[in-house]
Amino acid sequence: MSDFPWLLAMIAVPAVGGAAVAALPRGRDAAAKQVALAVSGLVLLLAVLATVAFDTGGERFQLTTSVSWIPAFGVDFALGVDGIALVMLLLIGVLVPVVVIASWADTGPEGRSMKAYFAWLLVLEAMMVGVFAATDVFLFYVFFEAMLVPMYFIIGSFGGPRRQFAATKFFLYSLLGGLVMLASVIGLYVVSNTELGEGTFAFDALRQLDIDPGVQKLLFLGFFVAFAIKAPLVPFHTWLPDSGAQAPIGGGVLLVGVLDKVGTFGFIRYCLPLFPDASRTFAPWILGLAVAGIIYGAILAMGQTDLKRFVTYTSIAHFGFIALGIFAFTAEGGTGAVLYMVNHGISTGILFLAVGMLISRGGSARISDYGGVAKKAPVLAGVFLVAGLASLALPGTNSFVSEFLVLLGSFPTRPVFTVVATVGIVLAALYVLLVVQRTMHGPSRGVVVDKPFPDLRRRELAVVVPLIALIIGLGVYPQPLLALIDPAVAATMTDIGSDPAGTTPATAEQGAN
Amino acid sequence: MDPVPATGLLAVSWLLIALPLAGAAVLLLGGRRTDRWGHLLGIATVTASFVLAVLCTVELAGTSGRSVGVDLFTFISTGRLDVSAGLLVDPLSMTFALLITGVGALIHVYSVGYMAHDPARRRFFAYLNLFVAAMLLLVLGNSFVALYVGWEGVGLASYLLIAFWYTRPAAATAAKKAFIMNRVGDVGLALAIFLMFTQLGTTSYAGVLGSVGLLAGGTVTAIGLLLLLGACGKSGQFPLQAWLPDAMEGPTPVSALIHAATMVTAGVYLIARSAPIFDAAPVAQTVVVVIGAITIMIGAIAGCAYDDIKKVLAWSTVSQIGYMFLAVGLGPIGYAAGIAHLLTHGFFKAGLFLGAGSVMHGMGDQTDMRRFGGLATKMKTTFVTFGLGYLALIGFPFLSGYWTKDAIIEAAFDRGGVSGYLLGGVAVLGAGLTAFYMTRLMLLTFFGKPRWEDGVHPHESPAVMTLPMVVLAVGSVAAGFVLVQLAPLADWLAPVFGEPEEAAAPAIPPLVVSVLVTVVVALGALTAWVFVGRREVPTTAPARVSLPVRAARNALYADRVNEAVFMRPGMWLTRALLWVDDRGVDGVVNGIGTGLGGSSSRLGRAQTGFVRSYALGMLGGAVLVAGALLAVTAG
Amino acid sequence: MTLTNYLVLAAILFTIGAVGVLVRRNAIVVFMCIELMLNSVNLTLVTFARANGSVDGQVIAFFVMVVAAAEVVIGLAIIMSIYRTRRSASVDDANLLKY
Repeated sequence: MSDFPWLLAMIAVPAVGGAAVAALPRGRDAAAKQVALAVSGLVLLLAVLATVAFDTGGERFQLTTSVSWIPAFGVDFALGVDGIALVMLLLIGVLVPVVVIASWADTGPEGRSMKAYFAWLLVLEAMMVGVFAATDVFLFYVFFEAMLVPMYFIIGSFGGPRRQFAATKFFLYSLLGGLVMLASVIGLYVVSNTELGEGTFAFDALRQLDIDPGVQKLLFLGFFVAFAIKAPLVPFHTWLPDSGAQAPIGGGVLLVGVLDKVGTFGFIRYCLPLFPDASRTFAPWILGLAVAGIIYGAILAMGQTDLKRFVTYTSIAHFGFIALGIFAFTAEGGTGAVLYMVNHGISTGILFLAVGMLISRGGSARISDYGGVAKKAPVLAGVFLVAGLASLALPGTNSFVSEFLVLLGSFPTRPVFTVVATVGIVLAALYVLLVVQRTMHGPSRGVVVDKPFPDLRRRELAVVVPLIALIIGLGVYPQPLLALIDPAVAATMTDIGSDPAGTTPATAEQGAN
Repeated sequence: MDPVPATGLLAVSWLLIALPLAGAAVLLLGGRRTDRWGHLLGIATVTASFVLAVLCTVELAGTSGRSVGVDLFTFISTGRLDVSAGLLVDPLSMTFALLITGVGALIHVYSVGYMAHDPARRRFFAYLNLFVAAMLLLVLGNSFVALYVGWEGVGLASYLLIAFWYTRPAAATAAKKAFIMNRVGDVGLALAIFLMFTQLGTTSYAGVLGSVGLLAGGTVTAIGLLLLLGACGKSGQFPLQAWLPDAMEGPTPVSALIHAATMVTAGVYLIARSAPIFDAAPVAQTVVVVIGAITIMIGAIAGCAYDDIKKVLAWSTVSQIGYMFLAVGLGPIGYAAGIAHLLTHGFFKAGLFLGAGSVMHGMGDQTDMRRFGGLATKMKTTFVTFGLGYLALIGFPFLSGYWTKDAIIEAAFDRGGVSGYLLGGVAVLGAGLTAFYMTRLMLLTFFGKPRWEDGVHPHESPAVMTLPMVVLAVGSVAAGFVLVQLAPLADWLAPVFGEPEEAAAPAIPPLVVSVLVTVVVALGALTAWVFVGRREVPTTAPARVSLPVRAARNALYADRVNEAVFMRPGMWLTRALLWVDDRGVDGVVNGIGTGLGGSSSRLGRAQTGFVRSYALGMLGGAVLVAGALLAVTAG
Repeated sequence: MTLTNYLVLAAILFTIGAVGVLVRRNAIVVFMCIELMLNSVNLTLVTFARANGSVDGQVIAFFVMVVAAAEVVIGLAIIMSIYRTRRSASVDDANLLKY
């Protein structure tokens, strides 16, 4: 069973599914949805089975598949996952079916057929799986760029009124980062060529290179810029609010929930192990950006007038926490950051979906158009509140575990940054509760009065119930995910030369009981 | 001393938390289907928890060492961090558990009557159950992380319950304010946990409290102060006191349970639980007593000026918790006294709030005391129970407050030196002010001429409401005597705080302190009678008042300060950053985009479409190339 | 008789042709000027071929003629169709080939 090419299947199934949906005759939207749901469900099943086949005590990369692709440049079509990538695959597996169900009743702008939308969703899923599963740096780059195409069409064809602008900005901004990274990828190849005698893109071989510090810094910056744009870190963030606000809800969920994680995933998978010295050199600066992002994103989230932009700014604050955990170089911080990536996908996903449900009823994304929703749609208000509470990392929700781990893990090595970051905890409460008060509390007014405002329908419940179950479940018992993540982060910490058990203070021997 | 593994009934002490949690889950998920019997389920789960708590306490008393650990499952285990979800059953936690479930059950019963006409009563009981579960987790958890989870959990329950009538903007705002100010305190608690982990590699009580001696003095002080910040947030202590009076926007049973008897005393629990840390950090202890003393005065002064019955009680709570902080800040001699006052306060303040709720119930939800008056004859049960609670609170001899508050004041004097007299003096003065504002409250509400609004017909509340009030009144009368004289709490808590020391030679004999306090209290009550009881009370508050009264009415301008220091600059910063983000950061990005687009269209204008200009270009290019070639070959 | 004379003549012819292309408006005249330039190049090719005693240049000249003939056919056809639609053979009127 472990010989089955799980990862290849997880790429091939949605890719073929996407092609099949696209090939359906015009007007067969219902069939497109059903196929999309079935295919994404199958991918979820594959992801779960792959997790079962994964051995937490085993080698770093498992479920590997490798085929020579461009032998002239030493490029392999090599797939494999460690715990970090595996949990991201699980996240993709969960989110895509949810998004398909959530988009069930969506209509395209100007009566456009939604068939293409579902086809692009599946293609996007294939690309996302590829980017997390690639163990060949060149292959990673290919997926990294290819991922833009389906998202470009999802935003540009099915988004809001300014979708063309948003899609172009998204595409160009990401492409810019990608091209800078390409330069670094080629640079890596050149370095490997001189050091090993033959050039390679294989992650495991590159990891063992001993790169000259000056070169390392340059190569690091190439990767860093691409990931910082993707994640996004302040000040590279401005494409996200535009894209998030214009994207259709389902696309937005995947954009913020998964696509952006490629950036933080890149930090921990590529930046740290490949360029340990450069990572150390630049860490204070990146931590500065991360902490600035936490505060900056939170303050801007408070000032937003648009619900979708609000969600994207909260995400920018959350990405700051993830970056903080990664660049603190402790096992606890790193594990917390990876868990944060999963949890943020779930909690922001449901927040985005709840916002979408509000917008689908009220027909407006302006916060000031809503008020007193709790009176007319109590379940929707409850879902929104749960999503908000997960966003502000209340204990008992999944985000608490990750945020707590990030801060706890960062404190020993970076106390100053961590203390500043904890201010973000207060600000998070502020921005979430401000929006809850403005939209849910008070007397009903605005579009809540003007339009029929029904409570959640059965289909919408089917969307949010699994996510809420995950929020509570992972908040109470996160250990299964932690057990997956822990060895991979420990290996990364060994790469960077940090003691996998974190720093050991003098008193710990006697202190620990 | 490590807790011993649980056996027998104590092994299932997790049911204490699980029962109300399950109740909350059923009521929240069940939706309208559970409307008819939801309140009964709510009462049943909390009562079952109470019975279980009693049984567990009895069993605990029989164990040697009286410290039992219950390990449930591994919560977080990664790197060096290993947090197990587990409970610590010891005298301190069980004392709180009894208070929470006991008072909680009574207030659940009361709420059946109080919320009878509210269509969302089921939701109310769900939130109450959720609160009880979170509060029990807070006190029963075996690590600072578990405490933190419960800590924020009660914050959530408090938020939900203050905003229970969310259609009222004031309620929604008050709920948000409470949560945010609590979160400020939570940051302190979180940082304290991080510091513990950094220094000791563990967060469990056993691990941290047993190794305080290994830490440097500065670190212990820092941990103590950070914990204190958390305690101040939760307990409404200076400088984070402003949210508690606003929290009275919630239904009155909530004010009784959460914002008087249990949740707001969590700060006292935290400091008492962390006793070894504070004992090792004299600076932090001093800050605790100073904050306690300041808050006693803030609460008492503000309590004198408000006309809203619930807000007066809220300020009274702030002030009384100040006493508890003062006590636990005094170190080993004060812990038991502080906890004892916490328990008696739980009885009489909950009783007072329920009484206030009963009054409001009879007066059509009026809270302005200037609109009450002469209710003593109309609401006899309420009057008697409320009166007993009042007497207990001001420290009428031999009622609950007398025993426990005097113990704190004595302990303050025993500190010795100037600071001892200063603290003792503040505590005595606070007792006098308490007598003043509570007597004023009594006189305005139950005595004098009726000043009711038209169409209000005061009536006694139903038995389901008065019964809990009676039980609490009995507690208000007897608890102090029981806890201080009959079965001293200090002995029961000895496994946690150590054997109570025999005070060598008190600075002032206890009898003198008692007499002094009683005299001051009598003076306070008399003053109130002089100012309020003898005169006609106007139904609107006089506008032209002296500066001190105006300051007291504004709660010493705490809200103004918060507004001026945090809110306004925050809003200004938000607006400024919005501008920076839109014009600055995004401006650069979009500027590059439009700049490139603009320059390309300007370059495109060179394409005129005239064949000859292209031809000229080709010619020019050819000449250039030829010239270059010539230059190269010739040069 | 030296190379110079032929080359100067070719240069003059080429210059006349180039200037004609640049300044004349009538498409037919522009066309003829292009032919003039081509023929000046042919002249140069043949001159050098003769001077070097090789036939390569002459062969290329034939190629140029063939290409020129083909070009004339297509060019005239374009000019005819422009003239038919616009009633004008002025190159300035056909300036749609811009941005």
